[in-house]
Amino acid sequence: MKKISLDKMNELFAAIAASQTLYLPVDDGKKGAKFDAWKEGAVYSTAANTSRSAKDFFFPQVEDMASFKVEGKEIEVIDTREETEDFVVFGVRACDAKSFEILDSVYLADPVDSYYENRRQHGLIMTMACNKPTDTCFCSAFGIDAANPAGDISCWMTDSELLLEACTEKGEALLNALSMLEDADASAADDTKAAIKSILGKLPLANLSPDGMKQKSLMEFFGSDKWAELSESCLGCGTCTFVCPTCQCYDIRDYDTGHGVMRYRCWDSCMYSDFTLCAHGNTRTTQLQRFRQRFMHKLVYYPDNNNGVFGCVGCGRCMRSCPISMNIVKVMKALEG
Amino acid sequence: MREETLIPKVGVVTDIRQDTPDVKTFRVVGLDGKKVFEHIPGQCAMLSVPGVGEGMFSITSSPTNIEFMEFSIKKCGCLTSWLHMMEVGQQITIRGPYGNGFPVESDLKGKDLLFIAGGIGLAPLRSVINYVRDKKENYGSVHIIYGSRSMDDLVDYKEIIEEWCTDAGVTVDLTIDRPQEGWDGHVGFIPSFVEELKPDLSRTVLICGPPIMIKFTLDGMKKLGFKESQVFTTMELRMKCAIGKCGRCNIGNKYVCKDGPVFRFDQLAELPDEY
Repeated sequence: MKKISLDKMNELFAAIAASQTLYLPVDDGKKGAKFDAWKEGAVYSTAANTSRSAKDFFFPQVEDMASFKVEGKEIEVIDTREETEDFVVFGVRACDAKSFEILDSVYLADPVDSYYENRRQHGLIMTMACNKPTDTCFCSAFGIDAANPAGDISCWMTDSELLLEACTEKGEALLNALSMLEDADASAADDTKAAIKSILGKLPLANLSPDGMKQKSLMEFFGSDKWAELSESCLGCGTCTFVCPTCQCYDIRDYDTGHGVMRYRCWDSCMYSDFTLCAHGNTRTTQLQRFRQRFMHKLVYYPDNNNGVFGCVGCGRCMRSCPISMNIVKVMKALEG
Repeated sequence: MREETLIPKVGVVTDIRQDTPDVKTFRVVGLDGKKVFEHIPGQCAMLSVPGVGEGMFSITSSPTNIEFMEFSIKKCGCLTSWLHMMEVGQQITIRGPYGNGFPVESDLKGKDLLFIAGGIGLAPLRSVINYVRDKKENYGSVHIIYGSRSMDDLVDYKEIIEEWCTDAGVTVDLTIDRPQEGWDGHVGFIPSFVEELKPDLSRTVLICGPPIMIKFTLDGMKKLGFKESQVFTTMELRMKCAIGKCGRCNIGNKYVCKDGPVFRFDQLAELPDEY
């Protein structure tokens, strides 16, 4: 384990940012935090979490895929992909770190998504243990330990020091290159971890468990009479999908650039009515069906296909963002009952 | 960077056949004049017109055709309307093959087969029918029941009459929905036609057509004694990626693009009715 005094954190950031782009949570001016590229004077935000998840780094909201030159009857396909430059994301919480594993299981499954893979290969994740988990946090329900976040490097903040521990070879190499770091005892973070665990145990959702979601069959959950009530006030705004770190659905569209066609992809939402619209009709015509799809995917379909791992990391963003106060916790509790 | 399946290749349309008033069959090869890729009957390809859109279409030709691929496409939306306006020589983009295809080398091998198709539903089955006809030694007899709204709406009519009907070991029964001048064949809907014909219960069945036709035909077949486990179908839902990542073509925990499009009815019975 390594350490550095908190008042020297800017030196550390400057050293990392000297060779690659460093992103870290900063105040967003709206009582929250957002990831931004570090520059001299930037102040690391210790807010519980960023308003948007960290998935943008690997699966951006919009990205170009390929372009086409069209002349008469002829088409030329242009591969516009470029190797991403190395970058570091500092301050990722344990929930978001776990979300990368879930995105990996989709995008790195054969055939591998090269756009995502490229960013994953060039990105280094520095996680930060949660000193201030909030009332909307429930990562522990999904077996995530906010006191021991994963990533390439795990970090803890004590009153006076930043502690860093490498979890991967890539993380080890970065820590070894940072000469201002001093060695720390392996047990240096123990008190901080214990303090975090004690807060986690007192959170309102501390005892939430998804085990009930394994007690019934896919068709029993699908056919539940709870969906009507649960979905009744859903506006279909899709906010939950956009703030969700594990929502991975996308649309592919073409854009006329004036001198060709750019094919790009962008986030999409199963909450939208045209998500499944075909020329011959639509398979999910009601908001009940679309609402059910989103939660069935995270709580039943995804676990069915991924050895029981749930497609939710308990970050609580949907809970904070939903305009009608609906969320996955209410859905779980209703379905299990 | 590794090869990216989402980046398509260029295909050239070398022949266009007007099959019915709203179905055209397009012949496609690569820029080198050869097939763009090999496929299994029942697999699909993503065809696109840059600036218009991309969509999944079943490959209608058999893999035993070594020169080109064919796609029978019904004009029903934005992209398909554009495709219908194309002239020979037009380039489009193509990527694939996608999906599981029909189990021609396993479950179907050595079996007597029954094909039931309605309208454009013949398109994906045509690939299997011609594959089986080209590899007769591996399969039993073939019974084809095909119906459409009218005589003019029977896709591949010329091929059916000139090739399938004259092929030993192949029985073809055609029907149209309503009586029509010049038609002396059967008139009536497919579900009742199948019940009248009472096909041999030992046959493995491949069915494709409008959802409502499939539903009633399957109900009738179950009454005749067919089991869900001997009936295969092929599905079609909205798709963007075709590789199980964009998230929209799922039926329960299965993606039509990668786990399908071919499913057995006993498999579908365990999944939500969202198709």
